[in-house]
Amino acid sequence: MTVHHHLDDSTLLRYASGDLDDAFSTIVASHLAVCEDCRQALRVAEDIGGGLLDTEAPAPLAADALDRIMSGVTAKPLRTARPSQRTESSADVPIPLRRFIGDRLDGISWTTVAPGIRRHRISLDTPSSLYLLHIGPGKAVPEHGHGGAEMTLILSGAYRDALGRFGPGDIADLDEHVEHQPRVEPDEPCICVVATEAQTRFKGFFSRLLQPLVRI
Amino acid sequence: MRSASQATQILDDSVPGVSIEDHQMLMAKVADHGDRDAFKKLFLHFGPRVKTLMLKAGADQALAEDIVQDVMMTVWRKVHLYSPERGAVSTWVYTIARNARIDRLRRRSAQPYEDLDGLELASEEADGEAETFASQRSECVADAVADLPDEQRQIIEYAFVQDLSQSEIATRLALPLGTVKSRMRLAYAKLKGRLEVLQ
Ligand SMILES: [Zn+2]
Repeated sequence: MTVHHHLDDSTLLRYASGDLDDAFSTIVASHLAVCEDCRQALRVAEDIGGGLLDTEAPAPLAADALDRIMSGVTAKPLRTARPSQRTESSADVPIPLRRFIGDRLDGISWTTVAPGIRRHRISLDTPSSLYLLHIGPGKAVPEHGHGGAEMTLILSGAYRDALGRFGPGDIADLDEHVEHQPRVEPDEPCICVVATEAQTRFKGFFSRLLQPLVRI
Repeated sequence: MRSASQATQILDDSVPGVSIEDHQMLMAKVADHGDRDAFKKLFLHFGPRVKTLMLKAGADQALAEDIVQDVMMTVWRKVHLYSPERGAVSTWVYTIARNARIDRLRRRSAQPYEDLDGLELASEEADGEAETFASQRSECVADAVADLPDEQRQIIEYAFVQDLSQSEIATRLALPLGTVKSRMRLAYAKLKGRLEVLQ
């Protein structure tokens, strides 16, 4: 998979330090699962944590801490089988999304939310939301600014907007000020997963009117 | 705060010159032979530091102790999942501690991180050159963090050690969120720049 649009560095650092909620950590992990470049970059970000851990002043442990751990480590650690590379080529869903939607994109159930736009919500216990969109060929998504940060990861098909072409594996990691109007390429539908921060404000009358209908 | 008399002196692990390779040798002994003495040394080094991390992230004494036990038990159980190609042992322990912090302090799920670990492992082949590079990378990043300008290092420490969210950092420093983000990016770019000599 050739990926052209990657995670913002500040997002990588937030992921490495554990600052993303479940909606965003899931979409970021899903990009990482298909992008070797960002996985390498993540290691550098995690080295920051390792370096800081190593240089922390040690805190005194409770008197029984050593006994407690040593009494638990009697059995030799088991060499668990390395998980095999998933061989079934039919799986086209990134691993972190599989426990929500299964292995295959063609198994997802959709709800129509607007002409040519279908949605599948993933329910998470977070203020941010995570959902999949299935957008018809050639279809433009209504122009929208964001109430907060938004990320979109393309799973199949492609769209274009002012920032370029986004195909499978590409992630649009936008901050709240960016407005965009993606148009799906004419030949096939685009399936993407979207994480959005809780809406904190509304832009104006029309988006307020549209919000409950489309919520994208 | 717990008084010094309640704590043991087992914490005096300040053995000078413990290197990345020393920790990796201890890990290999644990992995290959279930060597409890080697594990004890790892515990005495990392346990008290993981505790500091949890206290700074807001855990009380009892919870911090519990998380130390959990994290170090995970180190024992998953020792085979560590590979020197990933970098220093401290980086790996940090990721386990971070996942515990997400699960137990933030009450969110570390599952996406664990899904990714499985994938990483499946695609790795042992390679001496990659191992050496990874150790150098970890060491170089750790040094470079110490050299960051104060205003960048502080933000990095707030995020990685104190577990503050980006918006909490912005509030604490009375800075716009965008400034916090751009300082993070600058810091990260600087660290990456330092790595170029290794390639
Ligand atoms: Zn990437």
